[in-house]
Amino acid sequence: MNCMIEKFDRLRRTYPPQMSSSLVLPLLQLMQEEKGHLSEGDALFIAEYLGVPAMQVKEALSWYSMLYRAPVGKHVVKVCRNIACSLSGAERLLGHLEKKLGIKAGQTTADGRFTLLEVECLASCGTAPVMQVGDTYHERLTLAEVDRILQELS
Amino acid sequence: MSEPRIFFNFPVTADSHTLAAYRARGGYRALEKALGGLQPADIEAEVKASGLRGRGGAGFPTGMKWSFVDKQSPTVYLCCNADEGEPGTFKDRWIFEHASHQLIEGMLLAAYALRVRHAFIYIRGEFDLPLRRLREALEEARAAGLVGEKILGSDFSCDIIVHRGAGAYVCGEESSLLTSLEGFKAYPRNKPPFPAVKGLYQAPTVINNVETLATVPWIVAHGGAAYAAIGTEKNSGTRLFGISGHVNKPGLYERATGYPLSRMIFGDAGGIRGGKALKAVIPGGSSTPILRTEEIDAVTLDAESVQQAGSMLGSGGIIVIAEGTCMVRLLQVLTRFYRHESCGQCTPCREGSALMDKIIARIAAGRGHQGDLERLEQATKGIMGNTVCALGDAASMPVVSFLKKFRDEFAYFVDTGRSMFGGRLEV
Repeated sequence: MNCMIEKFDRLRRTYPPQMSSSLVLPLLQLMQEEKGHLSEGDALFIAEYLGVPAMQVKEALSWYSMLYRAPVGKHVVKVCRNIACSLSGAERLLGHLEKKLGIKAGQTTADGRFTLLEVECLASCGTAPVMQVGDTYHERLTLAEVDRILQELS
Repeated sequence: MSEPRIFFNFPVTADSHTLAAYRARGGYRALEKALGGLQPADIEAEVKASGLRGRGGAGFPTGMKWSFVDKQSPTVYLCCNADEGEPGTFKDRWIFEHASHQLIEGMLLAAYALRVRHAFIYIRGEFDLPLRRLREALEEARAAGLVGEKILGSDFSCDIIVHRGAGAYVCGEESSLLTSLEGFKAYPRNKPPFPAVKGLYQAPTVINNVETLATVPWIVAHGGAAYAAIGTEKNSGTRLFGISGHVNKPGLYERATGYPLSRMIFGDAGGIRGGKALKAVIPGGSSTPILRTEEIDAVTLDAESVQQAGSMLGSGGIIVIAEGTCMVRLLQVLTRFYRHESCGQCTPCREGSALMDKIIARIAAGRGHQGDLERLEQATKGIMGNTVCALGDAASMPVVSFLKKFRDEFAYFVDTGRSMFGGRLEV
């Protein structure tokens, strides 16, 4: 964990010194970037590092939807299913992805390459329908475009 | 006469988001002007005179919000609320991607007016390009002596810290945002005390939306009176309106307040897809009450006019729905969202949003019960006004307005087990 401590220290210096508690989310995010998903042990490690109650970090870990408590695939595909995307074909898009990947939303492919998730508004309503793969937004999607994107992912 | 533009006043190019490009179009001159001779109170006075109202949804007068802060307090915080998550709303993203420096300058001016040493930008976690652009801009600004110690050689120092959310709509509510920024699950807080009195770590805190803060440089550069002269008397200025749904040209448009809604839909946004007729409009983000076609003729895009029509201008996210759309299934999309996003702290919101979603899902699955519509109405009455934050109201308002405006569709679905419009959401 020594390499993590260095990264933690660097991030900590960017916040005012009296704000240790504010580092709960940034450190969880940093750890997730390193490990893919987070465990209760990770929460305890962060709590100890910051000197905040373990329950606080565990609660944050279980509450925010972008923190994963179980392994996810190499590529996490998030399909927005909110109002503007629904009006522009989100259900068709999701159905296509489920068929293509052979999994239901919420599942990971057997080879561990893809996790498919339904998410609420990605704030891209003007370019609906939208999905996010990893960090990258893909907007104004067509089914052909989805096929192309999947094919390009290693 | 050309329309004044606070945001769309430059052509977007590959480098128009950079510090050099922003400076070339007059950027950071308002900050130079402020630090070169204006007092903090002068900035607040100009913002008050401008009539600027918050662009996050509630529309509270910005200058008045600033005036509530005890400037003698040893610590005052400024938080930019960039947790853009109200469905239908996608304006802050554009500002981050193309005008991060304008936001940074606005935050520095606000921080100077409020005597803030540490300011925060709470940005939604999903954003990728907006976040990268913001971080790049902050690095450029720091290197140029515009952020940090003794800005532009003055006695004013201010750091801006970017804090990423981790996926929770309720963080857009200001007190939840503070709880989240303090490192907890984002339960909203009872008000009063308001954040301006007791906010982040109990210190006086101003929380403003991205668009609100990014407007401040223009106000300081041109004067509050010039801003107040744009748009309507009670809702001055321009606004970024996002239009989405069944229109030919969805997107973001900057217009002076008071702009006709129908012109926005049929002119700017190119009318309804596939030459269909208009069925309904949600004028200000998903939580605002829906309007039927005949109710929008006289509506202009300012809070008073939209309110007179029975809805709210909210965040400026206009969602357009064409004839042939199933309103039962569309409401299901919204109730599912609010159920998912209820933070769980208040029983009426947690249980009520789940109950509403369950009933609507039942109806949409063709298994509605007689009395379901009355049960839904009863549920909204149990939620509205009985929760710590406005999420309960936000969950209830679409249910109330959809049932009121399209009751026949809901009754038909319950009676027959089928959608009047084949369950269509796309047209």
